[in-house]
Amino acid sequence: MTARWTRDQMAARVAREIADGMVVNLGIGLPTLVANHLPADREVLLHSENGVLGMGPAPAPGQEDYDLINAGKQPVTLKAGGCFFHHADSFAMMRGGHLDLCVLGAFQVAANGDLANWHTGAPDAIPAVGGAMDLAIGAKNTWVMMEHVTKGGESKLVPALTYPVTGLACVSRVITDLAVIDLVNGAAKVIEIVEGLRFEELQARTAIALQR
Amino acid sequence: MINKLMDSLAAAVADVKDGSTVMVGGFGTAGLPNELTDALIAQGARELTIVNNNAGNGDTGLAALLAAGRVRKIVCSFPRQADSHHFDRLYRAGQIELELVPQGNLAERIRAAGAGIGAFFTPTGYGTDLAKGKETRTIDGRNYVLEYPIHADVALIKAEVGDRLGNLTYRMTARNFGPIMAAAAKMTIATVHKVVEPGGIDPEIVVTPGLYVKRLVLIERAVTTAGGFKA
Repeated sequence: MTARWTRDQMAARVAREIADGMVVNLGIGLPTLVANHLPADREVLLHSENGVLGMGPAPAPGQEDYDLINAGKQPVTLKAGGCFFHHADSFAMMRGGHLDLCVLGAFQVAANGDLANWHTGAPDAIPAVGGAMDLAIGAKNTWVMMEHVTKGGESKLVPALTYPVTGLACVSRVITDLAVIDLVNGAAKVIEIVEGLRFEELQARTAIALQR
Repeated sequence: MINKLMDSLAAAVADVKDGSTVMVGGFGTAGLPNELTDALIAQGARELTIVNNNAGNGDTGLAALLAAGRVRKIVCSFPRQADSHHFDRLYRAGQIELELVPQGNLAERIRAAGAGIGAFFTPTGYGTDLAKGKETRTIDGRNYVLEYPIHADVALIKAEVGDRLGNLTYRMTARNFGPIMAAAAKMTIATVHKVVEPGGIDPEIVVTPGLYVKRLVLIERAVTTAGGFKA
């Protein structure tokens, strides 16, 4: 097996780039792990689309309050200075460009930044979108955390989406288990590769042309 | 004298008509007006169009309303969940209509209804399957989709503290859709866990001004742990 980052290493890699004072929304699934890796010396405000700014970690067992949950419907806590607001305000924060960063999971990302993460397109699947489309296009920066390839070994970075679109030209950075890649004007620039993997090996696993 | 307090949940929902559009507040485990949806099941209104973020969880609340066969159509953002079995069954059997709306567009369409907005252009959903057939426009180089408000006949919401004028506060993330649904419906019915005299809520922290609320019922606090919770 080739070298790859664990899920926690990917989360730590994202957390490293979240600066003091940033307002961030972490999507459901893999991105949620980023919260565990935020350095203690940085004050970061976590936004949850169900109406929280200043979200804290999960409560201790037995301390759950089911009126205080995140977008994944898990009990959370509120940090001092945190606040609550209704859904229209929450999505106005997002759509209005008031969040610095949103980190999302994905099925596919295209070289031009198109994102697919809401629906596999399977005809018998019951569709559900939630806040995915709002998150994709709302924040100042949208990053994706995902495995580099599917379970079948196919690249999740693609020339053009084959899954239904969530948002067009919205992803600026992709953090996978193999590399960190910036998408700028249709070009995919490799920022970092997992130790032990050569650029040519990364390119062989990637369906779009990579630049060093 | 204005007094919106009702003696019972049954009295509060007594005149909901068949075919009504009913907004139901709540997100996850927070702010679900299950006492009001239970009263609506007992009241018997049918052929309802429901507006909620989800499509019912477990066997209680909105899920029970679906299971009772009272819902013709649901407008929501996230129907499919680990415990949405009643919706899943009805949907696969073709017995319920689904209008799937991105969550922020759902919230803004509800807000627009309450605010008297005729329609609005939103960037959310542009270029996706959920914007198919909708009018679009490019404004200052950005692409938008035209979305219309969602009005309702009735809104059922769960608040925390209220007074006889209908002023409301909420508790933490139980606020979610409450304030915007209250404004978007012709008749908003709220439950509260505490009733105070007018002036008992600091006017600086009233979240839903009383004019949006028609009826108020005092209920016991019950912890809800259903709601699509994913461990």
